[in-house]
Amino acid sequence: MKLIALDSSGNVAAVAIFADGRILGEYRIDHKTTHSQTLLPMLSELCGRVDFAPAEADAIAVASGPGSFTGLRIGAAAAKGMAEALGIGILPVPTLEALCYCADEWKGVICPLLDARRSQVYSGIYRFSEEGSLQTLVPGEALPLGEQLERLEAYPEECLFLGDGSDAYRGALEERFGNKLHIARPHRRYQSAAAVCMRAGELGRGAIIKAEDFAPEYLRRSQAEREREERLKGEQA
Amino acid sequence: MAEVKILAIESSCDETAAAVVEDGRRLLSNVISSQIDIHTLYGGVVPEIASRKHTERINRVVRKALSDAGLTLADVDAVAVTYGPGLVGALLVGVSFAKGLAFAAGKPLIGVHHIEGHICANFLQHPGLEPPFPCLIVSGGHTTLARVKDYGTYEILGRSRDDSAGEAFDKVARAIGLGYPGGPKIDALSDEGDSSAIDFPRAKVDGSIYDFSFSGLKSAVLNYLNSCRMSGEEIRTADVAASFQKAVVDVLVEHSMLALEAGGEKRFALAGGVAANRHLRAAFEEACSARGVELFCPSPVLCTDNAAMIGSAAYYEFKNGVRHDLSLNAMPALKLGERL
Repeated sequence: MKLIALDSSGNVAAVAIFADGRILGEYRIDHKTTHSQTLLPMLSELCGRVDFAPAEADAIAVASGPGSFTGLRIGAAAAKGMAEALGIGILPVPTLEALCYCADEWKGVICPLLDARRSQVYSGIYRFSEEGSLQTLVPGEALPLGEQLERLEAYPEECLFLGDGSDAYRGALEERFGNKLHIARPHRRYQSAAAVCMRAGELGRGAIIKAEDFAPEYLRRSQAEREREERLKGEQA
Repeated sequence: MAEVKILAIESSCDETAAAVVEDGRRLLSNVISSQIDIHTLYGGVVPEIASRKHTERINRVVRKALSDAGLTLADVDAVAVTYGPGLVGALLVGVSFAKGLAFAAGKPLIGVHHIEGHICANFLQHPGLEPPFPCLIVSGGHTTLARVKDYGTYEILGRSRDDSAGEAFDKVARAIGLGYPGGPKIDALSDEGDSSAIDFPRAKVDGSIYDFSFSGLKSAVLNYLNSCRMSGEEIRTADVAASFQKAVVDVLVEHSMLALEAGGEKRFALAGGVAANRHLRAAFEEACSARGVELFCPSPVLCTDNAAMIGSAAYYEFKNGVRHDLSLNAMPALKLGERL
């Protein structure tokens, strides 16, 4: 399977090209959130460097969320445009699952944390099985960090934290775990398009969907929808 | 030279649209997916929801534009997209999609100014219209009086210093209980009202005979409604609608005619969503015909946001050699005539 992979869900903008189990190249920057200006120029350059014609791709793999709403859409829309032009589908890769692949040799549980603002994180709890496949113990959602830490108590293994949420909430994590705190080192802490490729390879062709059916999984509704729902609830009460 | 076919995409506000236009003048397809039913629930456009809906709908809209035109992507010469002004999140969906499409298909990319698109809707409607001519663009987001000096060359004469005409319509419609969107509702209700019943102000802007200001008018309407409620006087909403609309239209016509007299042209064009307002059109017809000036205005479907107008504007950019690379970004505050 050959894939073009994109991740623009957070501060990192990353593209990679995957061909039959190999990462032919990855271009990844963590400098300003100007993903609209950087993502496709990076991909175009990368394709040239590794002699990859977009038409060779079987699908576009894209970090499908959660993450920055705007960042997710920049990647999603670029992926949908490319897929439309090439007549191929999209392979959505949940951002939190892809992040786990940055630490796929960790023996305990893995808890990616993305800073979701409003005192919340986007987070799930995962583990790699003995055979190396990713198991979802708690699926991703938006919740206060404290709630996720309570859930982690059900797992006796040591936990590895990943993602920009582990920077934003470092103080709270240190307080809770002391010298038992494990946060991935910077080169494996954040989103990576190579990790998206690895997860996409695992999900396989069966996970490819039609470009028109793909939309990001935001895990949070818009503020206007939340407020409207509150208002309607208030009126009913 | 063979015809130039451009696939155009527009997502600057709450319409997801795509079209194919030939040589800037012939419409081969024009697909518009409106979200108005959703935003009506919130009393106005919610940017985050608009951006999400664009992302969901854009593939089907673009595909239908190509199939309605009987073409495939291989048949088009360039991909055009609105890159500003507008809601940044909404613009980014169209821009990112268009860049992905152009990159993967190996087609040239042309970024288009939304308001220039509105002006060019006239070229689709009126095959004989050519620059130069002055044009008034009135929409939900913009009120601009400009001179179209040549294809792709514009001079801004005046614009609103505060609310756009369309915003004033929406706010007044909300205040008299008509709901969103206000323009068509006030237009319809005005038929039953007396436009001279209430004397609302016609604002002038110091130092610029062509600029507009509508926030004072909006406040005057709100004050009028308040004072009626305080004194228990009956509010005749049809009269409020008609008198308010007349005040807006009078100012738009007056400034436009000043521009015409200064330039001496015998042609004048209207553009933008508010140009679909029947009373506004009638007032411009009257003012233009009294001066022997020919009035041009797109049909209502080409007045409101659409991608066909973007395809027309893009053709002239294409001819002028404009090409954008993959770093093209959404520019929410892009100025008319500005080139990046």
